[in-house]
This record gives sequence, structure tokens and C-alpha cells, in this order.
Amino acid sequence: MASEPNANESGQPGQPGRPVDLPMPTVGPASMGVLGGHAPKPVKVVLNWGRRYSLWVFNFGLACCAIEFIAASMGRHDFIRLGVIPFAPGPRQADLMVVSGTVTDKMAPAIRRLYDQMPEPKYVISFGACSNSGGPYWDSYSVTKGVDQIVPVDVYVPGCPPRPEALLHGIIRLQEQIANERLSAQKLKGRYAGTRVGSAGDVRRPLLQRGAVSGGGDR
Amino acid sequence: MSETTTPATPTTPTASSRERALTVGVGAGGLATADMVLNIGPQHPATHGVLRLRIVVDGERIVSAEPVIGYMHRGAEKLFEVRDYRQIIVLANRHDWLSAFSNELGVVLGVEQMLGMEVPERAVWARTALAELNRVLNHLMFLGSYPLELGAITPVFHAFREREELQAVMEEVSGGRMHYMFNRVGGLKEDLPAGWMGRVDKAIANVRKRLPSLERLIVGNEILEARTRGVGVLPLETVRAYGVSGPIARASGLDVDLRRDAPYLAYGELFGDKGPGRVVTRSAGDCLARLEVLLEQVHVSLDLAQACLDRLVQLPQGPINVKLPKVLKVPEGQIYCATENPLGFNGYYLVSRGEKTPWRLKLRSASFNNVSVLSEMLPGQLIADMVAILGSMFFVVGDVDK
Repeated sequence: MASEPNANESGQPGQPGRPVDLPMPTVGPASMGVLGGHAPKPVKVVLNWGRRYSLWVFNFGLACCAIEFIAASMGRHDFIRLGVIPFAPGPRQADLMVVSGTVTDKMAPAIRRLYDQMPEPKYVISFGACSNSGGPYWDSYSVTKGVDQIVPVDVYVPGCPPRPEALLHGIIRLQEQIANERLSAQKLKGRYAGTRVGSAGDVRRPLLQRGAVSGGGDR
Repeated sequence: MSETTTPATPTTPTASSRERALTVGVGAGGLATADMVLNIGPQHPATHGVLRLRIVVDGERIVSAEPVIGYMHRGAEKLFEVRDYRQIIVLANRHDWLSAFSNELGVVLGVEQMLGMEVPERAVWARTALAELNRVLNHLMFLGSYPLELGAITPVFHAFREREELQAVMEEVSGGRMHYMFNRVGGLKEDLPAGWMGRVDKAIANVRKRLPSLERLIVGNEILEARTRGVGVLPLETVRAYGVSGPIARASGLDVDLRRDAPYLAYGELFGDKGPGRVVTRSAGDCLARLEVLLEQVHVSLDLAQACLDRLVQLPQGPINVKLPKVLKVPEGQIYCATENPLGFNGYYLVSRGEKTPWRLKLRSASFNNVSVLSEMLPGQLIADMVAILGSMFFVVGDVDK
């Protein structure tokens, strides 16, 4: 991950020609507000409903799949009708990160860094074979074999590249997961508290381990 | 993005506001003259992927710029060496993801030349038609995204509407919207579907009909013109020195197009005396000229594709590929096979030792050279023009990093 912030360098005028070492952004312990953990069920339904239909998305466009992501945001496929808003100015204003394309070992720290900057609750869609598992570059020396090695992933969309319709389906699946979510501040605090550095295994949500998508009561 | 704008957090309690301001710049001396290092990217919406630029600025002026590449390096050249000649096409079409068909072509043409293989005439014409449609798709992407970078959101919707129309016919024939995997050594994967050519005709006619409305938004727009005319002039000498190719080089007046100058496929005839092919050039070499070349090439490519289809209709029925042996081995030797990709020269240097995998397959991609020239172009320009110049270089990061 990012290198240790060097107190000597960041406090003093940098030497000419040397980049300034910016420390890792840290935020306070994750908090879902007072309602999040203890709210009665109807309130939770309302909270989840609000959350699932206003997903400000941050497109981590890396390769070919980014073009299909753009195609999904255009007139024909138009994921804005699902409540996915692609105008997040940056990761700090985003709820959902779509990693579309090949994650390389050189790029991986930046992905983790930007993921860490997103506020909780946050979701990740891995879009395409490369970010799912390395895809056609499964035996490359420079490609990370799946973005889930560095950030927890909620929905995997298969394909090389997946069609825009596949992304729409992935978004709907994610929204179903959010509808069934029980966000407990305690649990999240346990995982993220203090500095948010940890291996991907530490930050895996119970959401993922449950595996099956129950699909909500309306199906 | 975040790296460029986040101010350094004061970790030492004694840091005064003056010191804090200086931590951002790296030059010694007063604030007014301090050079500031700006990191653009690697995740920046204006870089079409993950190009990173390390820019030193003095006030608003760029002093030096250094493209930092490698964020999309996928090691394709090394992987070619462990794939057989059928499998290589999968990786070869992915480095420049906007011109997949042209990328495939380079590999199969090289292998066919090494094998001395004769490709059926229908396959040649079908390949040419598809390559030109792919060129239109590529250019439409940039015609949409470049105005987006300059602040105009509307053209991209128009561009994608045309793209979807053409992608539909490409998908019908090949099964893929972007990565077609339709070339095979010796021809195409399958014959063209019945009635497909009529639908392509219709698609081309539709795109032609609607293209003026996109054009009007771009080149007729005075805001866009103000942002691009005279900005980022790329002199002809620099083009030659850096090996810049494709529409960018032609916008600076370099009259080179491999389709005409080293014809492959059916281009010899298409760019001949009576053919519809012509090489689009401009002499200004600024951002606007580059955009104009792209726009006019769309028209030329549509003409070329139409001519190929007209020919395909006349051709008698026949095979579209050559039956290959179960194990495809290429005789010992080497070859350099270059094609005119939408973004410039795309060359494959193939060295075979008679095995079923290449011993070495070196990839010469257009965008690598086209991006290298940024270190020459950006110094002296204003930061506000940086994105306009960057976007007008029409590169694909996968093509840079391979």
C-alpha cells in the first residue's frame, strides 16, 4: 500500500526535484449515524431504499471495460434511470466504485488509496474479467489477479468486456444486496477503526461471505 | 485527482502557513518563483485511462512535462510467446481497445506472409470493410470524448448513438462489441450472415445522415474553436523526430498513410486512381487541425467501407477462410508487418523459430510515440490548455503501455 508518511519530508520544504510525500488520508472511525445500528426495521428499509437509489458512482476506468462503462452511461443504456449517478467529482463524494479494466501491480496502490478515500458505506463493482481475476492476462507478470486482492468487491460482472446490459444487471444485484443490508456501526468500526489500512481479508464484508443473493421479497 | 489537489497535511505542529505553502512547491526561494510539481493522474478523467503526467509549473506556465507510463503495462509481448498463433489474436486485439480489428489484422497478415498463404478474395474485402468500420468507431469515440474534455457534454451522446448503430452490425457479424476476434490466420472466422450487408448499408447511411449534426456541434462551435485553434502546435520536425504517426502526424502536414503508401488488403485498389480513398492532411498542426483530420477521416472511412460492401455483393460465393492444420507452425524467419491503425502505425515484428508459438513478437504501437511527444509539446503552454492538448493527442493508454 502507500508508503509510510515521512514526517521529516512532509513538514519541511521539499528538496528541489523531489516529490512531496503526501500522507495517507485518514478519516475518523466509520459511523452510520445514530439510526444505522439501532433503527427499527421500517426505518432501516427507508434508509436502505434511499441508499440503493442514489449511488454516486466513481468510475475507476482502466482499460477496455471503461468504454463499455461509458456506453452504459449513454443514451441507449442509461444507468442513471437506475439511480446510478456518474457525476461524482472524486472518490470522496462517491458511494460506489466501478473498477473497469485491468488492474496492474503498478496501479494497485492507487486503487486502494482512492478506495480508502471513499466515505462509508461504500460498494465496489468489479466490471470485467480482468478486474475479476486477471482475465486474459491471468499469466502476466505485471497484472494483479483480480481487484478483490486489494479491495473488497460486492458484485462481480463477468465478460471481456461485459456488455452494458451486464453492468445494468450488476447494478440491480448490488441494489438488491443493499436493500437487505443491516449496517451495524459496531461491526464496521471493528473493521475500519483508526487508520484504514489492512489487507483485503480484513475488510471483507459479511455481505460477501453470505454469498447467495437473496433477491429481496419482491421477486 | 486527489494527489493533485490535496494539500500536504501539516504533520509537524510548528509548521506555519508560510511553510505549509512551500511544502507544495519544491523549488527554493520565494513563493512567486517557486516551481510546483503537479501530478496529473494516474486516475484522471482527462487521460482516457491511466496515463500520468508529472508537470513542473511556474505560475500558470508549464516548465517541463514528463509522461509517466506503465500503469497499464500488461506484459502482452511476453504473453505472446506462450500463446500459439490462434490464441495470440485474443491478446493482440486488446492493447488498443478502440481498434481491435486493426490490431488483429497485423498479426494475421504477418503470419500469412510467413506461411505464404493466399487469402480468399472475399475475406480480403470483408476484412477491409470491417477495418474501416472499426476506424469509424474509434474516431467517433474521440470525437465524443474530446469535446467532453473541453467542457461540452452533448457531442458524446451523439457520438455514442452512431457508435451503437455501427457496433450492432459489427456484433452481428463477429459476436463482439469491442473485441471482435473475427480474424483468423487465412481469413475470417465465419462467413458473413445472410442479409448482413444490407444492414451495414443501412447503418452507414444512417450514420452519414446524422453525422452533420455531430459535426455542427464540434467544428462549427466557436467556443471549441477558441480553445483549440493555435493551441498545442506540433511542428513537422518534431513529428519526424519522435516517430509520430496517424491522424496527429497528418494534421501537422506529414502526408503518410500506410493504406496508400504500403498497401495491404484491398487498399491498393481503394487508394488507386479511381478509388474513393484519400489521405486527409492539414498543415496547422494545432488541436483543431487534429480534430478536423479525425472528423474528415470518418467520412473517408465510411466511403471506403461502402466501396468494400459494393464489391462484396458482386463477388461470387466462395470460401472466406483457409483450412488450417491442427497444429499451426510458422516457418523459421522474421517479418515486420505494419498496418495503418486508426491512431497511427501499428507494427508487429515477428520472429519465428519454427515452433507453434513465436519466439518473439515485438509490438510497435502508435500511441507510445504519440504520447512521448508530449514532453516536447507541453512546456511553455498554459495549464488551462494542458487538457486540450492532452485530449487532442488521441491516444489509448493500453496502446502506450502494451
